[in-house]
Amino acid sequence: MSGRIFLFGDDIDTDQLAPGRYMRGGIEALAAHCLEATRPDFAQTVQPGDIVVAGRNFGAGSSREQAAEALRHLQVAGVVALSFAGIFYRNAVNLGLPVLIAPSLGGVADGDAATLDPEGGVLRLIDKAADIELETMPENLRAIIENGGLVPHLKKRFAAEHKGHAE
Amino acid sequence: MQQTLAQKIISRAAGRDHVIPGEVVTAKVDLAMIHDSGGPRRVAPILKDLGVGLWDKEKIFLVSDHFVPGDTEEGASILALTRDWARSTGVRFHDGQGICHVVLPESGQLQPGMFAVGGDSHSPTGGAMGAFMFGIGATEMAGVLATGEIWVKVPETIRIEWTGRLGDGLMAKDIMLALCGRLGMDGGKYQAVEYTGDAIKVLSMQERMTLANMAAELGGQTGLVAPDEVTAAFLRSVGGEVPDLSDLHTDPDASVLEHHSFDATSLTPQVAAPHSPANAMPALEAEKTAIGVAYVGACTGAKYEDLQAAARILKGRKLAAGVELLVAPSSKRDQDRATKDGIMAVFEAVGAKILPNACGICAGYGTHRLGADVTCISSTARNFKGRMGEASSQVWLGSPLTVAAAAVAGHIVDPREMLA
Repeated sequence: MSGRIFLFGDDIDTDQLAPGRYMRGGIEALAAHCLEATRPDFAQTVQPGDIVVAGRNFGAGSSREQAAEALRHLQVAGVVALSFAGIFYRNAVNLGLPVLIAPSLGGVADGDAATLDPEGGVLRLIDKAADIELETMPENLRAIIENGGLVPHLKKRFAAEHKGHAE
Repeated sequence: MQQTLAQKIISRAAGRDHVIPGEVVTAKVDLAMIHDSGGPRRVAPILKDLGVGLWDKEKIFLVSDHFVPGDTEEGASILALTRDWARSTGVRFHDGQGICHVVLPESGQLQPGMFAVGGDSHSPTGGAMGAFMFGIGATEMAGVLATGEIWVKVPETIRIEWTGRLGDGLMAKDIMLALCGRLGMDGGKYQAVEYTGDAIKVLSMQERMTLANMAAELGGQTGLVAPDEVTAAFLRSVGGEVPDLSDLHTDPDASVLEHHSFDATSLTPQVAAPHSPANAMPALEAEKTAIGVAYVGACTGAKYEDLQAAARILKGRKLAAGVELLVAPSSKRDQDRATKDGIMAVFEAVGAKILPNACGICAGYGTHRLGADVTCISSTARNFKGRMGEASSQVWLGSPLTVAAAAVAGHIVDPREMLA
């Protein structure tokens, strides 16, 4: 699935991703305000399969899981950044949101048509016929993401173990 | 292979000979700590959804501290849920004994070299014991409680050395405020922060807990102090077993990401201005900032030695007119000790209000939340806008000595002026 790139700068924090004042309203209401402080029309214009690309320290700030949940709710294909804040990275994996580190983002522009291949570690810029190489995610984390997050991942694992016992 | 203390602990927990910073490994958890706020009420529904029980109830450490004493309807119902869950699961439960980060080491259950997780952002406190301990969210905690495992990206180590020796009137809290000011709240880069040097070696276990605790404000995943004789003596004093400590240190040639060195001897008492611990400055530069409330509380700033420090200033003195002093000892054990040693009597003599052994207003709970436009000086770790009360309240951070001195003067002051 291809989408468009939404390009952001450094230090996009959890208050921008999941603004504190909308935290009580549930994930749907919260996601509608995702990143609005930086880009007011983001939640209204982002389409499933679009890709968030950012600079350093993406997801800085608090440990709130909703920061990753909001992006997943908006069905972005994933986040590509020069670096991620540690707790956000953990939460993203455990909630099933692909997060990939790009050593460099040269040539990427806002609005570029692109596809994200988390498995191969490539951000493909379709119109520019260029590939941005990404650090591949470790296999054990990719498995969690492919299963939709930690809870579904564990469900699958327990079901397999149960089946193993039954046989 | 030369490894850091963090690498050694993770290697063992992952069943590996060695691990390399940046690689992701699955590690077995030795101990999982949860509290009433992020614990049963959040993880029980996920466990139910998973359809599994607890991996090992002996390794789960439950503490009630956020909603104690349960003086609101919401708090009382959360405490009731927590107690029911403790009864039905049979996990170790420390109910109303104090704040988890202090109760855990005092229980003797947390050992050097352990790989441990906590459902709270100040979980790095366990690093004072030489354990690799870090905070995780509710979804991850549910996964740990179900499986006893967690993935971890092996961190680099940021070594923070303090040479020399802290002068009289200086505490670990001053070190941490100075570090937040110098390195910023993301200076720890979610890596392992390890405190070393002559000034750290002579610190007591409770002072080391303050260092490790505020690794959270420094942005570290954990904050470590390599275990030594101080650690062993503390463990023995709380009835814990002392494991073999001989390999629990960073090898001399292990590679670290950064090495910072600071001189403790020339450090002066620090305060942090509203609304960030990174707004650190010498207390002298903030003198004459008038305060209305002085708070000695939280896991960071109301352990026995913190209470002792505050009482040292307050003994034989009076609070400035119009200043309210609130004291919430971190644990029942510490408060009992302070009662026995006459420290609590000093607080009573100056008319301080003694609050429950709980997180209290540091986490925005309880009936003593700060009102509009109140200026407070606090021995806690965080002064984010609105955290301790109204958004217009102004919170300064300082050591327990600095908080007590401000309560006497009515404004921020270098506490050394009051130490004879």
